Amino acid sequence: MTLLRLEPRGEASRAMVYATPLLAVALTLASGFLLFWAMGFDPVKALHAFFIAPLLSLRGLGELAVKATPLVLCAIGLAIGFRANVWNIGAEGQLTLGAITGGGLALAFYGEGGWWLLPLMIVAGMAGGALWAAIPAFLRVRFNASEILTSLMLNYVALHLLNYLMHGPYRDPDGFAFPESRLFEADAVLPLLVAGTRVHLGSLFALLAVAAGWFLMARTFIGFQIKVIGLTPTAAGYAGFNQKKIIWLTLLLSGALAGLAGLGEVAGPIGQMNPTISPGYGYTAIIVAFLGRLHPVGILLAGFLMALSFIGGEAAQIALGLPKAITGVFQGMLLFFLLATDVLIRYRVRFGAKGAAGSGVGRAAA
Amino acid sequence: MSSPPHRLELRGITKRFPGCLANDQVDLVLRPGEIHALLGENGAGKSTLVKIIYGVLHADAGQIRWNGHDTHIPDPAGARRLGIGMVFQHFSLFDTLTVAENISLGLDQPGPMDALSARIAEVSERYGLSLDPRRHVHNLSVGERQRVEIVRCLLQDPKLLIMDEPTSVLTPQEATRLFETLRRLAAEGCTILYISHKLEEIRALCDTATVLRGGRVVGSCDPRKETARSLAEMMIGTELSTPERLPQGEAGAAKLQVRHLSTTSDNPFATNLKDVSFEVRAGEILGIAGVAGNGQAELMAALSGEALVPDPASVAIEGRPAGHLGPRERRLLGLAFVPEERLGRGAVPELSLSENALLSGYAREPLVRSGLVHFGRARSYAERIIGAFNVVTHGHRAEARSLSGGNLQKFIIGREILQKPRLLVVGQPTWGVDAGAAAAIHRALIDLARSGAAVLVISQDLDELFVLSDRIAVLFHGHLSESRPTHHTSVEEIGLLMGGLFNHPPDEDEVDRAV
Amino acid sequence: MSAELALLGPILAAMLAAATPLLFAALGELVVEKSGVLNLGVEGMMLVGAVCGFAVAVQTGSSTAGFVAGAAAGAGMAALFGVLTLLLLANQVATGLALTLFGVGLSALIGQGFVGIPIADVPELYIPGLTDLPVIGKALFGQDALVYLALAAVPAVHWFLYATRKGLILRAVGENHAAAHALGYKVIRIRFLAVLFGGAMSGMAGAYLSLDYTPMWAEGISAGRGWIALALVVFATWKPGRVLLGAWLFGGVTIAQLHVQGLGIDIPSQLLSMLPYLATVIVLVVISRDVARIRLNAPASLGKVFHPDA
Repeated sequence: MTLLRLEPRGEASRAMVYATPLLAVALTLASGFLLFWAMGFDPVKALHAFFIAPLLSLRGLGELAVKATPLVLCAIGLAIGFRANVWNIGAEGQLTLGAITGGGLALAFYGEGGWWLLPLMIVAGMAGGALWAAIPAFLRVRFNASEILTSLMLNYVALHLLNYLMHGPYRDPDGFAFPESRLFEADAVLPLLVAGTRVHLGSLFALLAVAAGWFLMARTFIGFQIKVIGLTPTAAGYAGFNQKKIIWLTLLLSGALAGLAGLGEVAGPIGQMNPTISPGYGYTAIIVAFLGRLHPVGILLAGFLMALSFIGGEAAQIALGLPKAITGVFQGMLLFFLLATDVLIRYRVRFGAKGAAGSGVGRAAA
Repeated sequence: MSSPPHRLELRGITKRFPGCLANDQVDLVLRPGEIHALLGENGAGKSTLVKIIYGVLHADAGQIRWNGHDTHIPDPAGARRLGIGMVFQHFSLFDTLTVAENISLGLDQPGPMDALSARIAEVSERYGLSLDPRRHVHNLSVGERQRVEIVRCLLQDPKLLIMDEPTSVLTPQEATRLFETLRRLAAEGCTILYISHKLEEIRALCDTATVLRGGRVVGSCDPRKETARSLAEMMIGTELSTPERLPQGEAGAAKLQVRHLSTTSDNPFATNLKDVSFEVRAGEILGIAGVAGNGQAELMAALSGEALVPDPASVAIEGRPAGHLGPRERRLLGLAFVPEERLGRGAVPELSLSENALLSGYAREPLVRSGLVHFGRARSYAERIIGAFNVVTHGHRAEARSLSGGNLQKFIIGREILQKPRLLVVGQPTWGVDAGAAAAIHRALIDLARSGAAVLVISQDLDELFVLSDRIAVLFHGHLSESRPTHHTSVEEIGLLMGGLFNHPPDEDEVDRAV
Repeated sequence: MSAELALLGPILAAMLAAATPLLFAALGELVVEKSGVLNLGVEGMMLVGAVCGFAVAVQTGSSTAGFVAGAAAGAGMAALFGVLTLLLLANQVATGLALTLFGVGLSALIGQGFVGIPIADVPELYIPGLTDLPVIGKALFGQDALVYLALAAVPAVHWFLYATRKGLILRAVGENHAAAHALGYKVIRIRFLAVLFGGAMSGMAGAYLSLDYTPMWAEGISAGRGWIALALVVFATWKPGRVLLGAWLFGGVTIAQLHVQGLGIDIPSQLLSMLPYLATVIVLVVISRDVARIRLNAPASLGKVFHPDA
C-alpha cells in the first residue's frame, strides 16, 4: 500500500470514462500475447487469427453482426437494471425461455403456419423471457430475496427445462432420438437482411433496442428515477420514486430483451430447437454491459468486440488449433482489466510512500 | 522549582488536502491538568488537527513534542501507547457487539473478557458513568454510547483526553454531568483537549482556548474572561449578527395535524413512535427538540411519506388525511421537506445541481412533461435557487458533492422553499454548517413562516430551536411532550424534558429491546 | 423393510459427501462476508481449484498435493479479487461476477488436457467394528479425510469468530469499517486475509469435487455449487452452525433427487435435476422475508467500498 496510493479526484474524470475501456482492451491484448507465447503459439499469428482475420471478409463481418445481436439485446436490458442496482444475472435463462416459448410456437404450428406466426413467436419469446425474469422480480419485491442468486439459479433450471423438452416434447419425431427439433418452416424464420451473410431481422431489433435504451435513460423521467435509485436509494425514497416499480420494470424489460435474443437465435441462425442454443451469451452480456459503460452506444461497440472474441475463438481453433476455452479467458480478462483501470476515473494513482513529509516528522524526531 | 514540561506541544503543523489547506503552521501547547478548548467554525481545521494528534492523519510538516520530547505518532495505537485517548464526535462503535467487546477493541492489551468486564464496571462506577458491559451497543442511548467511548479511554489511564464535540448529542443535564467527570479527570492531572463551537459551555468548563480559523491559529485566550460574543467574533472573524426574533404573527389554520401517530418498524435498530400528536399552524414555526435516536428519523419518515402509516388520518396535510400517501402525493398537497442527511438523502452526490433540482422539484415545478424530463427548465430552476440563496458553486453542472456543507444545505433549502410550500418540514437545518450559511438559513425559514407557511423544525441544537421556534416540544423514546411557547420556557426546562421527565405511560420495551 | 434400511446407510453417507463441497465453500465465504466483503466469485474459484487440484494430483500421483494445489489456486483467484476490490476499489458485485466468468474460462483452458483421465480414489477411513456398523457405520466412520476436515471446520470457524480476539477484530471490521479504521485496525489487510481464506476454502471445495466426489475433471464440474454456497451463507444468517444444517439439507436434496428414480417414481431426470436450484430459491425466500433478522445478522459494511482517506 505504501508503493501505490490512491488520491481522490475532486470530480470524476470524463476523459478516463472513455480511456479506460481502450486501456483495458490494450492490456487484454498484451496479456493475450504473453498467454499465447507461454502456450507455445506464435503470438502475432495467433492474435491475427483471433482478432483480425475474421474481419477480412463479408461473411466474417456478417457473423460478427449475428453474434453481436443477442449480446447487445441482453446487455441493453441488463445495463438498465445495473443502473438501478438490480443485478439480473439470469439473462442466460431468460434467453433460453424466450427460445422455448417462441420456438415452441414454431413447432406447435408446424405445417399450419402463416404470415402471423413469426410476429406471434416474437411476442411469445419476449413474454417467455419476461415471465422468467418476473420470478426474481416478485421474490425480490415481495420477499426481499437477492435477485442475484435467484436469477442465477433460474439459469440452471431453464437449462434443465430445455434439456427435458429436447428429450421429450420438442424432439423431432423423425430424428432418431437426437435431442433436436424439426427445422423451422420458412414462415417461422427471421428474414435475412444482407445477402451472402446470416444477418437477420434480429440485428435490426438490437439496433432499435440501443436507440430505445438511450432514449429511456437520457430523456425520460423513468430513466432519471433509475439513475437516482442506482446511485442513492435513500435519495430516491426521499424523492418518492417507487423502487419496487423500478425493480419490476427493469427486470421485465431485460427479461423481454433476453427472450427476444433467444427467439432470434432459434428463429435465426440456428433455425430449430436444440439443447445448446447459447454459448453463454447471457453471461458474456454482463461483460458487454460493463465494457460499454452501461451506456447503449458503448454497449453496441462492446457487443461487437465480444462477438469478435467468439468468432475469433472459433477461427483460431480451426486455423491454429487453439483451444476454444481461450475465448472465455479473454472475456474474463477484459472485464478484470476494465474494473481495475476504472479506479482512474475517480482516483489519481500516486507512487511512493504516503505523506513523505509526514514520515519526515518522524525522522526529524529521531 | 521549574515548571513541569508541557504535556503536548505542536509546532508549525501543516496539512494539505487536494484543494484545501486544512492546517497552516498551527502551534498549540497543552499543559498537564488543564482543560483546553479548541474553538472554531466547521471547516476551520479542528478535526484535522486532532486526527493528527491521534495518529489517524499525518502532518505534511511540523513537529510534535510529548512531555518535552520530540515524537512521531504513526497511528492511533501509537497515540494510545503515549497515553492519548480520543472520544470521537461520530462514535467509533460497533452496533452488534457488546459494550465489553467494543471496549476491548479499543485497547491494545485487553486481557480476558471477564477481567475486562470487571474493570469496566469499576471505572464506570468511579467516574459516575454507569454502564453494563454485557449489553449490546445498539440497545444503548446516545449518551450511554458516549460513556462507552469515555470508559474505553479511561481504562488506558490517559494523560491526554481529546473530546470532539461531546455535548452535541447530550441533554443539558447530561452535559453538566459530563463536565463534572472531566473536571475530576483534570484534577487528577489528565489534560483535556475539548473541541466545540458551543461558546457558553467552553466559558463554563475550559481554562484556556485556542481559536482556529481557516486552518490557522488566530488567537488564544482565557475563555472565562471573554464573552460569548467576543469568542464568536474571534471564531468567525467578523462582527456577529444574530437573527432577530420577530414577534410572532397571527397563527392561522392548521397546515399539519398529527393525531395519535404510532409506528412499527421491521428495522430492529429503530425507535418506534408512540401516540404522537401535534399540529403546526400557518405562520408559525414549531420546534421539536430531543437527543438523537429518540424517534426523530421515524417521525421524519412518517411525515415525508418515506414510511407509510397504517391510519391515513394520523397525518393530515391541509386537513386532508395523508398517512397513506407517498412523498410525491404529499408534495402535491403542499408539503416540502428537508431531510437531516443532506448528501445521500436530500441530494445525490454524483449528480449535477440541475439533476438535484429535479429530484424533489418534479412534483411542484413544471419540469416533467408526459414522462419526459425538460432539462432546460431543470437547469433554470437550479440557477434560480443558486441565485436566490447565494449558493457558492461554479454552476448548475457542479456535482452536489463538490459543494461545501453550508452551500449544499442552502441549495436544498432553497429548492424546497422556491416550490412555495404551504408546509415545510426541516431536519437539523444547520448541522455542520458555517455561521454565515446558518444565519441565512434561519432568516429564510423565518421569512417563509412570516409569509404564511407552517414550518416544523426537528433539531438537536437547542440554541437553534430557541432562535427559530414559536413553540417547542420534545421527543423522548418515541413520545412527544406537550409543546410550550418559546418565551414561556427555558433551556433548563426543555433539557429536563429531553431527559424524559414528562408524563408518558411507562415503557416495557425500551428497557430490554430484544437482541 | 430391511432392504430399505440397508439403502439408508449409503444414502446417509452420500448425503454427507454431497454436503462437503458446500460446507467448505460456504464457511469460507462466511468468513469473507463477516469481514464486510461480498465475493460472488465462489463458483469461479471452485472451478479453478478443481482443475488445478486435479492436474497436480494427476502429475504427482498424490491427492494430498492435489488438495493443497486446489486451495492455493482458489487463494490465487481470491487474491485477484482482493487486489481489484480492496486496493483498486472496484465494485464487489461486478468483480465477483468477473471472477466467476474468468474462472469458467480459465478452468476450461487448463483442463482441456485432463478431460476423461481417470484418477485414483482417495482412501477412506476404516475402523474395524465401527465402520461395519449397520446403517450409520459407513456414514460416520467410513468417509475420507476431507469430509471430516469440512466438519471440523464448522466449530473451528465458530471458535475463531466468537472466541478469539482476531475473530472479534474481523467482525468489527465487517460491522463498521470506518470505526475500525479510526481505532487503528488495518481494514484492508484484514479483509485481504479473509478473502484469501475464502478463496482457499472454495479451492478445497473444488478439489474435493474433482479428486474425490466425482472423481474426474469435466468443464463446469461445480454446476452452480458455488452459487448455492453463497445462498447458504444467507440461509445460515452468517452463523457457522447453521451453515452445517444448510449443507446437509442441500446434500439431502441432491441425493434424494438421485434416488427418487430408484424408488420407482416416474419423473424425467432433467426435471429432478432442477431440484437443488429450486430448493435454493425457496430457502432464500424463506430466510430473506424476515428483514429484521437479516438486518441484525448481516455484517453492516457488507459489499461497501472502503477507502481510508474518504
